[in-house]
Amino acid sequence: MAIRTEPFVINVGPQHPSTHGVFRMRVTLDGEVIVDMEPVLGYLHRGIEKLAEGRTYTQNIPFTDRLDYLASMTNNLAYAMAVEKLAGIAVPERAEYLRVIMSELQRIASHLVGVGSFLNDCGAFMTPFLYMFREREKILDLFEMVCGQRLTYNYIRIGGVSYDIPEEFLPALDKFVREMPGFIDEYDQLLAENEILLARAKGVGILPKELAINTSASGPVLRASGVKWDIRKADPYSVYDRFEFDIPTGSTGDCYDRYRLRIQEMRQSVRIIKQAAEQLPQGEVLTRVPLRLRPPAGEAYGHIEGPKGELGFYLVSDNSVTPYRFHVRAPTLINLTALRDMMIGWKVADAVIIFGSIDICLGEVDR
Amino acid sequence: MTVALSGDEIGGRLEEQFPGSVVETGLNSVLVRSESLVKIATFLKTASGLEFDYLSAITSVDYNDYFEVLYQLTSIKHNHSLVVKTRCHGRENPTLPSVVSLWRGADFQEREIYDLMGIRFDGHPNLKHIFLWEGFPGHPLRKDYE
Repeated sequence: MAIRTEPFVINVGPQHPSTHGVFRMRVTLDGEVIVDMEPVLGYLHRGIEKLAEGRTYTQNIPFTDRLDYLASMTNNLAYAMAVEKLAGIAVPERAEYLRVIMSELQRIASHLVGVGSFLNDCGAFMTPFLYMFREREKILDLFEMVCGQRLTYNYIRIGGVSYDIPEEFLPALDKFVREMPGFIDEYDQLLAENEILLARAKGVGILPKELAINTSASGPVLRASGVKWDIRKADPYSVYDRFEFDIPTGSTGDCYDRYRLRIQEMRQSVRIIKQAAEQLPQGEVLTRVPLRLRPPAGEAYGHIEGPKGELGFYLVSDNSVTPYRFHVRAPTLINLTALRDMMIGWKVADAVIIFGSIDICLGEVDR
Repeated sequence: MTVALSGDEIGGRLEEQFPGSVVETGLNSVLVRSESLVKIATFLKTASGLEFDYLSAITSVDYNDYFEVLYQLTSIKHNHSLVVKTRCHGRENPTLPSVVSLWRGADFQEREIYDLMGIRFDGHPNLKHIFLWEGFPGHPLRKDYE
């Protein structure tokens, strides 16, 4: 006798440890199998785009810290680059190098949280997470040295960076760069061939290449699907064209590839930091910019390769002290577009893993 | 380096293909009539040598007299980019055609614009609020929002 089943809707989130904040999925199940999924967003919507229209260009930098709060440095950078493009401001060379060093440290820190929480979702509760946080802590110490903050830095400013690095920074950075590859090897020993991780992540939640491009996925999610697209190479900004590094790509676009890719990107980031620290020129770190900056009327779109994907700021100026329009191209919001396709057909237990492998930050998704 | 294609050149090609569809051209942008948007987008996505396979971002701006919506297009294949702009008038029920059928990446972004700016997208498969709750009064990103 066939057992008659009825579709069953469950809410995952918004208050659930695996949702990385306040993300909610309405998952429709047939038995254990996911037949439909609808993301419900907006629990952390603070209206940053509207608020920004009432503040000066400089006052808006701390807002960008609070978008993806796990990658504040790169948020600062993308915004500062958009304003510099709008107002035609040149950045001193030393500041460009410092920006690259901070961005790459931030990429490692963000990937450590991304990978750590992904492994948490896989059921490796807290152990790998704390291994990752051990190294993230060192990066936060470095950031604290340069700007006094550990999470919301407000360090990269319009026209450069707020302060030059202190004396103790370069030796500490050098130590970090020497030690980090060994720690990444350690992660690999623990995880790369781990049978449970392979069983849970390999072949799960596949995002095909064509779909990844069509849904505007970016960052590790796009590259894990086999698309060699990284804005640092495709459209080099700052001084990225002066460094040697590779763009790792995945082959199948499953959860394991996305995890692997982040580990490989950390190695490349260490390479970039090493070169940037060796070539770091002397000089000024900040072009003097009026606090009440009035860019000429016009518009500009500045984009960078953030840790989670293409982070862009679109600004419109009407020659007043506040932006007329301030729009954020949020990579993680757009990376969620394909989530439904990735989930359908998988079991409910895979839902948290597939979602975790995208690595989102709700501060940026909801803004 | 991503090559930003010249608005004049692409505008000329589009005007040749679809007479009367281009309103004006900028340095790296073309402003097109909203009625021709889907035709033009299809052409830009498929024409050989252009092949804009990747829609980076959609943005909307409220200029009081009209709304402007911008599509930041990129071709991963050829590594070039172009900005396509279109406008819609009227504050009661401004409507534009949806491009979700071409680039699914437009899905959440059009919903965001609908939610916060109040522009409807004809042909969107699931046009409803994304950040604000159903029944939220007004559209906060409009300049006349109180």
